[in-house]
Amino acid sequence: MALLKQSYLMLSKDLRLELRRRDSLLTMFSFGTLLLFVFHFSLDLAPDKIAEVAPALLWLAFLFTGTLGLAQLFQPERENHCLDALLLSPLDRGALFLAKSCLNFLLMIAVELVVIPLFWILFNLSNWNLLPQLFLVTFLGTLGFCVLGTVMSALTLKARARELLLPLVLFPLMIPVLLSAVRCMEAILKTGTWDDALHWIRLLLAFDVIFLTLGVLLFDWVIEG
Amino acid sequence: MTPATPLKRRKGILGALAAMALTLALFWSLAVAPPDAFQGEVQRIMYLHLPSILTAYLSYFLVFVGSAMYLWKRERRDDLLAHAAAELGVLFTALTIIEGAIWGKPTWGVWWTWDARLTLTAILLLIYTGYLMLRSLIDDEQRAATAAAILGIIGFFDIPLIHMSVYWWRTLHQPPSILRPDKAPWENVHPAMLTALAISFVAFLLLYFYLLSLRYRVGEMRQEISALKLARGA
Repeated sequence: MALLKQSYLMLSKDLRLELRRRDSLLTMFSFGTLLLFVFHFSLDLAPDKIAEVAPALLWLAFLFTGTLGLAQLFQPERENHCLDALLLSPLDRGALFLAKSCLNFLLMIAVELVVIPLFWILFNLSNWNLLPQLFLVTFLGTLGFCVLGTVMSALTLKARARELLLPLVLFPLMIPVLLSAVRCMEAILKTGTWDDALHWIRLLLAFDVIFLTLGVLLFDWVIEG
Repeated sequence: MTPATPLKRRKGILGALAAMALTLALFWSLAVAPPDAFQGEVQRIMYLHLPSILTAYLSYFLVFVGSAMYLWKRERRDDLLAHAAAELGVLFTALTIIEGAIWGKPTWGVWWTWDARLTLTAILLLIYTGYLMLRSLIDDEQRAATAAAILGIIGFFDIPLIHMSVYWWRTLHQPPSILRPDKAPWENVHPAMLTALAISFVAFLLLYFYLLSLRYRVGEMRQEISALKLARGA
């Protein structure tokens, strides 16, 4: 599977870069945590009310933090004409897409694994036993965000006002993920079971599969313009 | 190159037809069709509102077709079509929302509500406004065209998903009275109303294709200007 092998090569290169310099990782961590504090100051809610809005707040935090990550996603390639060099090599464009989405996915997961428990601590929530289910939903949603976001990040690479344009085009398209993830998490927090959440999970999975496929197929055109 | 005279005349005929059809639609909607049993005269906005949104859907479909064809064949005219259709789509969606608000205030009591269909229409407006912004913020013409084409295709695939997610979440909008699954359209609605709606829809289609041809021509002219500038600069 040449595609997967190439993706793995690209991903390991990017991960190595990231783990050495930790630019994106640290900024995303800090921003995610900062948002939790911002939420505390803007919302003066009782603890039980916070539990109701927790999924929404968390997903807002992830959306903005993820967008930060997406904006920096192709930064190494922008320096020194690296992108041109990559495109001249026999690298499959789909492999580039997979590697970059995976990178953003791993970065976001790292942040989420910290931010969600931190939220529970800072806002004094008690149902810690539900966290594994919430993580699962979050991972599915994050996958959808990363695949579509990587396409959008590459699309807006040469645009003016890129930092503004990226959220502008990305967020409306992310509505199925946002809706499904938040409603799913609300259902889990309310009932403690998967019953009400199942059709949302199916929608999330459909979104993930559709845009993963579209991303791999369309990335040739996306990156070469 | 200026368009050949036959083309100008064709556009002119289309425009004249559109104008006549709109006048007929206006007359039929306001004078011939009876007022609604419950809503009274306010209901007549429907003769604008429904054709507006259906024209917008047609427009978005054309954006998808243009985008896909452009990526496949790389012919300028598909890109021009997609761009023109996107602009008109945004226009007609905005009109639909405004008309809906005007209709909603006396009937529902509010200018806006987050009911499924309204939310979906607003999302469509956002997506295609983003499309237009993407185009205008990328300087390289070919890159802009490709990027917009990708967005057009992705948007098209996302819309059913958005539709499902929003519908599962909310519903308040009147269930469709024309296209109900259990009754035939003519059993539900007064025939004169159906006729008014049909005439209105045809009128809007004519208007839409007239505007589309004009906007397409503007796009062609813009390209001619860039080509001339490039040639002059060399």
